[in-house]
Amino acid sequence: MAEFDNATALVDAATKARLAGYRKMDAYSPIPIEELNEALDLRRTRLPLLVLLGGIFGGLGGFGLEYWVSVMAYPMNIGDRPLNSWPQFIPVMFETTVLGAALTAFVGMWALNKLPQPYHPVFNVDAFARASTDRFFLVIETTDPRFERHATWKFLEGLHPVGVSEVAP
Amino acid sequence: MDKSRASVALSEETRALLSRTPAVIEPGHTFESVTETIGHVVLSKRTPIGWFLGFFVAFILLMVLNVTIGNLLMKGIGIWGNNVPVGWAFDIINFVWWIGIGHAGTLISAILLLFRQQWRTSINRFAEAMTLFAVACAAMFPLLHTGRPWLAIYWLFPYPSSMGLWPQFRSPLIWDVFAVSTYGTVSALFWFTGLVPDMATLRDRAKSRFAQRFYGMLALGWRGSAKHWQRYETAYLLLAGISTPLVLSVHSVVSFDFAVSVLPGWHATIFPPYFVAGAIYSGFAMVMTLAIPLRKFYHLEDFITMRHIHNMTKVMLVTGMIVAYGYANEAFFAWYSSNPYEQYMMYNRMTGPYAVFYWSLIAINAVMIQLFWFRSVRDNIPLLFILSLLVNVGMWLERFIIIVTSLHRDFLPSSWDMYAPTGWDFSMFAGTIGLFLALFFLFIRFLPAIAIFEMRTIVPEAKLKAEHHG
Repeated sequence: MAEFDNATALVDAATKARLAGYRKMDAYSPIPIEELNEALDLRRTRLPLLVLLGGIFGGLGGFGLEYWVSVMAYPMNIGDRPLNSWPQFIPVMFETTVLGAALTAFVGMWALNKLPQPYHPVFNVDAFARASTDRFFLVIETTDPRFERHATWKFLEGLHPVGVSEVAP
Repeated sequence: MDKSRASVALSEETRALLSRTPAVIEPGHTFESVTETIGHVVLSKRTPIGWFLGFFVAFILLMVLNVTIGNLLMKGIGIWGNNVPVGWAFDIINFVWWIGIGHAGTLISAILLLFRQQWRTSINRFAEAMTLFAVACAAMFPLLHTGRPWLAIYWLFPYPSSMGLWPQFRSPLIWDVFAVSTYGTVSALFWFTGLVPDMATLRDRAKSRFAQRFYGMLALGWRGSAKHWQRYETAYLLLAGISTPLVLSVHSVVSFDFAVSVLPGWHATIFPPYFVAGAIYSGFAMVMTLAIPLRKFYHLEDFITMRHIHNMTKVMLVTGMIVAYGYANEAFFAWYSSNPYEQYMMYNRMTGPYAVFYWSLIAINAVMIQLFWFRSVRDNIPLLFILSLLVNVGMWLERFIIIVTSLHRDFLPSSWDMYAPTGWDFSMFAGTIGLFLALFFLFIRFLPAIAIFEMRTIVPEAKLKAEHHG
């Protein structure tokens, strides 16, 4: 794990590490850095598709509920309008669409991120406490095929970090 | 040589421009100073004496609410002044008033995010908290006006009751149930999502074991991984996109409660946009009412700058003018419709027994807000505080006029009557203000009132150095 004191150095280091052939790595920062997605070659998330599906499910579910209640379970003649008076079902259908999409966005994001996760090895490094304030970290994992204890250490030191440390599992 | 001189001239021009428009954050701040200034309010062991005084007042009002609800549940809603023909009175006035206030929070957190308005950053967190608390206060009124809320569930929510009854989905009141409950849920999700990275910051900075555990649990193990940030940002943007039509729908649906009926003064197509504008107008007034003391007592002037105050005033001016247009439109169509009932409704509003309230609301919402055109007014913070309070009074009066004047004299003169609230009406209203303030005081003591990680993104440190853009 290498520690940097500014965002530019981290993006720089991540790019260099990827060019050096490292693949299993992650970067940690106190703010979202868009450039890291490219530097770490992150794939685009599936979340938008899931949210779309959640919204569609919510909308159809809302309409299905209204249809079932108003036509089948509890039919009521209001001013001789058709039982399936769908224009009056739109507001609730809209709200359930929104609810379905929002719940999917919320639950989906945490689930894909595998959070909540109370324990993670990076927290074992004392310096990491500043990752949520003003320090930036690049971690190369031991499972990386190019990982080799000394070479990787040397490589990280060559990136001009503030410090390099080993993460206890 | 020429090139460099040109750039110097430009930067001086920019600087001159900047000095006219106050910055969204005062210069000289770093990641550390932003985090420390905001985090200190929460992590500090000392609670300011002013906080206790404020919370004490709020707590007393909250107890007033408890007594009122207790009495209401024992005796029924007969303790209120509602009568025939004014069956809807303080309960719906206060409901609409509170829900409207909430709208500014969502506007700031979602719509301004989509429009990339950087100034939203330092006010979005507490504005969202304001939304949640306002929705909680609003929800008390429709729930409690049923008298026995636990017996009212079957027509509010679709669940298989033992009576085999189901809600009536053709009724705007059911639309309201879905709109408000969805709004409350989505606002809470959005707010909590925004809080998580800040909870991680507080977890890492907390000194006491209890604070570390408390914030650690809320942080969900957040560690700022690039992979997480990517999904987080996507989800945040999606939630903003989803909330935008939602917030516009909520007050539209609230206005349908009135517009779908056939009562003169309610049955109008202007209602949805007019209600949404009024909601944002009153909501920004409440944000201002909260922001002015907050920045003063916690010394957050660096983050909630004059730029924010100016922009909020301008939003109030624009939405206030839309509301004023709504009043003019109502009066015009009452006359133009040639419908004697519509015409009488307007005549009764302007000259009837409640005329003094009508003219007060016109004086505030149409005339007084013209003061916001002047820069000297926008710079005068004590005056703005008073004007914001008055705007909230004006918007409350608007709902009173819409609801009471239309109901108390409708089609049949034989059924006309007057309405007067009772002491319990007022204690219920004061009590919800107590609930709102008590929650807000707890919020500023235990949670960061300004989004720390979002503030970091507007500090110069957050910008990557030029060579990486090439």
